Amino acid sequence: MIKAVMVINTFGKPRLSKFYEFQPVEKQQEIIRHVYSVLSNRPDNVSNFIRSLGAIFGPDTRLVYKHYATLYFVFLFDNSENELAMLDLIQVFVETLDKCFRSVCELDVVFNYSKMHIILDEIILGGQVLETDSVEVVRAVEEISKLESTTSAGTLINKSIPSWWAR
Amino acid sequence: MGSQGGFGQSKEFLDLIKSIGEARSKAEEDRIVINEIEILKKRIIEPDIPKRKMKEYIMRLVYVEMLGHDASFGYIHAVKMTHDDNLHLKRTGYLAVTLFLNEDHDLIILIVNTIQKDLKSDNYLVVCAALNAVCKLINEETIPAVLPQVVDLLGHSKEAVRKKAVMALHRFHQKSPSSVSHLVSNFRKRLCDNDPGVMGSTLCPLYDLISEDVNSYKDLVVSFVSILKQVAERRLPKSYDYHQMPAPFIQIKLLKILALLGSGDKKASEQMYTIVGDIMRKSDSSSNIGNAILYECICCVSSIHPNPKVLETAAEAVAKFLKNDSHNLKYLGIDALGRLIKISSEIAEQHQLAVIDCLEDPDDTLKRKTFELLYKMTKPSNVEVIVDRMIDYMMSINDNHSKTEIASRCVELAEQFAPSNQWFIQTMNKVFEHAGDLVNLKVAHNLMRLIAEGFGEEDDTADSQLRSSAVESYLRIMGEPKLPSAFLQVICWVLGEYGTADGKYSASYITGKISDIAEAHSTDDMVKAYAVSALMKVYSFEIAAGRKVDVLPEGAFPPLVGLKLEIQCQSFIEELLASNSTDLQQRAYELQSVIGLDARAVENIIPMDASCEDVVVDRELSFLNGYVEESMNKGAQPYIPESERSGALSISSFRVEEQHGSSGHSLRFEAYELPKPSVPSRPPVPPVSSTELVPVPEPTYHREFHEAVAPKFSVSGTGSSEIKLRLDGVQKKWGKQTYSSSSPSTSDSDTYKTQNGATQRDVPSNLSSKTRDVSYDSRRQQEEINPEKQKLAASLFGGVSKTEKRPAAGHKASRPNSHTVDKSHAEKSGPSDGGAVKASPQPPPDLLDMGEPTSISNATFVDPFKQLEGLLDLNEGTAALGSSSATKAPDFMSLYGDTSLSGQNMGTADLLSTGSGDANLIPGISHAPDKNGHGTGGAVTLSAQLSKGPNTKEALEKDALVRQMGVNPTSQNPNLFKDLLG
Repeated sequence: MIKAVMVINTFGKPRLSKFYEFQPVEKQQEIIRHVYSVLSNRPDNVSNFIRSLGAIFGPDTRLVYKHYATLYFVFLFDNSENELAMLDLIQVFVETLDKCFRSVCELDVVFNYSKMHIILDEIILGGQVLETDSVEVVRAVEEISKLESTTSAGTLINKSIPSWWAR
Repeated sequence: MGSQGGFGQSKEFLDLIKSIGEARSKAEEDRIVINEIEILKKRIIEPDIPKRKMKEYIMRLVYVEMLGHDASFGYIHAVKMTHDDNLHLKRTGYLAVTLFLNEDHDLIILIVNTIQKDLKSDNYLVVCAALNAVCKLINEETIPAVLPQVVDLLGHSKEAVRKKAVMALHRFHQKSPSSVSHLVSNFRKRLCDNDPGVMGSTLCPLYDLISEDVNSYKDLVVSFVSILKQVAERRLPKSYDYHQMPAPFIQIKLLKILALLGSGDKKASEQMYTIVGDIMRKSDSSSNIGNAILYECICCVSSIHPNPKVLETAAEAVAKFLKNDSHNLKYLGIDALGRLIKISSEIAEQHQLAVIDCLEDPDDTLKRKTFELLYKMTKPSNVEVIVDRMIDYMMSINDNHSKTEIASRCVELAEQFAPSNQWFIQTMNKVFEHAGDLVNLKVAHNLMRLIAEGFGEEDDTADSQLRSSAVESYLRIMGEPKLPSAFLQVICWVLGEYGTADGKYSASYITGKISDIAEAHSTDDMVKAYAVSALMKVYSFEIAAGRKVDVLPEGAFPPLVGLKLEIQCQSFIEELLASNSTDLQQRAYELQSVIGLDARAVENIIPMDASCEDVVVDRELSFLNGYVEESMNKGAQPYIPESERSGALSISSFRVEEQHGSSGHSLRFEAYELPKPSVPSRPPVPPVSSTELVPVPEPTYHREFHEAVAPKFSVSGTGSSEIKLRLDGVQKKWGKQTYSSSSPSTSDSDTYKTQNGATQRDVPSNLSSKTRDVSYDSRRQQEEINPEKQKLAASLFGGVSKTEKRPAAGHKASRPNSHTVDKSHAEKSGPSDGGAVKASPQPPPDLLDMGEPTSISNATFVDPFKQLEGLLDLNEGTAALGSSSATKAPDFMSLYGDTSLSGQNMGTADLLSTGSGDANLIPGISHAPDKNGHGTGGAVTLSAQLSKGPNTKEALEKDALVRQMGVNPTSQNPNLFKDLLG
């Protein structure tokens, strides 16, 4: 099962973290810091897998990461998953983000925090892979957004933003 | 689509993110966040907050918590939000609670009711949101409350809901297997679901169930095999394809399940050979996911009952992985090799050079994996090389956790395969020197024990040789700074026991050295304790041998003439006599009194070289019988065994009652007005046995030990203090009586010792000369392999016969290819080389696979193979026309096949590969459009997708917006996915 999904930027700031097994906040931070310190010390052009995560998770925990520009996408999982497949799952996740945000960048990730979670929930549920087709995921996410926008009274927010930009 | 344009948040939130993005230090960030928390605390309790505002507060709380701060004051508001009728708010509420709360949080009770209601909702999105929450928030106690609804959802009309319901049940099973044990049949039923997605999701719980209990699922082997066959033969709808692979995630899960079912079961395995072999043969090794399946096949093959033909295919696949330039594939290749050598160890020999390459790779993950492989293939013949390498590696890393792991592996291998005592002690010394504080203390005790017992059972001279070599090596090492405590303890112990045994060193020399150690590590009480015990042993051996020891002059005993006690020792002991540690103090007094005794008594207290003799333990404490009888005669109560005590029983029964009572009072989730037989939330607690309740401590081993031994020594007429002293030394060493790892080493050592001198030493040199010949030959063929590596290979792969030479040469022959390609890649840095590099080492059959994407991406429904034929012809034509740059036709073809996707994709593919620096990304992305292109939109979506590269308006606008806002957390490159998008 997948134990955690993290998006960390190259400066070590968490951009998204989701743990499928409960971890207290302090432990989450410790994990993120540890993962970041491991990742930032890895040279380019090496494998995307890390096995020795130390004592933080169980001995069987593996990590797969992918480095896109300024972000690390990190999946932590146990031996019931296949490393390469997880690497492709990261790809699916990023492709989906890209479709949802039109050429996604770190800012999209930061500012669309809830949407990130919606997308992730459509791909992984309770630590198991739910859907691997980004088209399918995008469709589900759109359906949710559509329904939400019809029920939502949040138009006011959207109006207030452009006026602020125009400053 | 997304909420691009507005980001959908208020200025405040954007400001927060911005200021955090600009924070220069963690302290500054913390200050900002704490300020934010204060604001939120005030705002969130204001009355009549607009709902959308509330939603934003909740999201801000989530954000704050992600940054590592406590947001628990807002949890209740998130819970409240789940009650909202508005779907948007409800979802936000659910999202927040799943992130905030754990399953045992008190607030969960407030959500259960909402979840129950939402699971029955008509709107499937509400149901999905509730199922998401169920997966995270429901614990063992609350499972019964939602279970009926979740089971109902298994028959929901939407496949997305069915899928999630299956996952939720799986989650229940993980949390409390007993709560859903009666529902296991549902998983089997869902395996036949019309929707392949639902079927795929049932594989997850089935995998868990099967790994718990293989035998009750053997009947499903046929079904799994036929499903896998259907999937592999592309019988699923095209929408399940992923990068041209039919439902790869389902295939992987199925292969994992088959591996479990076929393990050690010949009959079941026989049903699998055909399909697994087929998949391996047909697999597409150009894509990531294709390799994932291939790797999973290898794992499956290595787990099920072996079949030579399938194994051979698997070995070929491993070879392909190892020869690949991608580190990921190398890693998997090493891993797969580790699995296959369990079945046949010859496979590793073909790949020795590849393995050694991986060992010297800069990639730490790969290196470590390779060490794991070496660990698995260690034999008496190669243990020296492997352990040396491991120790070198161990010294080079800083991470304590891995250091510990590698150190313990070194120890294990050394104990198991040590070719000679000398080597063993040297190795252990190295391990202790560099990781002594990390290795298990047991290892230190084991080393002492080994030195004490020796290897050979009959050969006493070998043992004493071993001991004196140990003593010598320790005398040499002990001067080094920063030796770990555990190692110093070993040194002290060995010097104490055997320092003077062979007569080479005088007692005063040894005691001087021991005092040196104690002085240099004056903060370490353990070392001091070992040191003083060692001193006592040395002195008592001296006394027993008839020599006289000069005792402390001002002590209670008259000074004796003879050996002079060093000033240093004297001051050390004096210091201990006044030590704060009672243990040290006692040892020092014991030492003092032992020295004052005559030779006969001392010999009885501390006999020479008796550390291996077993101490008889009298568990019945029979020596106390007299005392007990006397007390009874005086009117003492007799001892009542705990099982017969009436008081204990009554307490235990009371407890049991209480437990039952509490289960009756547990929370109910059913509404009160619908009385029905309540389901007990957990099976009745079995009556607690009385032993748990009455903590009558059993006599501990330690105490028993002392008392038991007491009479034995009291003969010598000394006080009990000496006995304790002696025992301390012994007990530390013998702490674990069950420790038995010396048996393999003793038996092994005998056989290897003879081998080692005569044959083993010769083999490596022989081999290295042989292999060097080979390398010489091959150098003429423009290939050179470092002779060092050859040598290493020869020693690693031990007694390899002549047949082994050929694969090595074969491997070499293939290497120039990759090297030259590598070089050209570096020089040109041209985008199209990415394809060539990947493709060139592959044998011709793979070209067919390489071609496949081409045909499919055409978005036409032409038979792929015909298409391919055409392509091949075309390629040959162009190749013949004169492709001066391409070295070989196959190379060129694969290059062509990979980069130019033919037809309308040509331009886009080029576009893709140009800006991208990361070769890794190319295949992934070029596949992504393929997939889309395959759908309805074809070229249109494709170009729309691809046109959003860095030069599009949109990206610029975003960039501008970003700069305007001043949020520039990543400085130079706002369009972060430039890599991704070419």
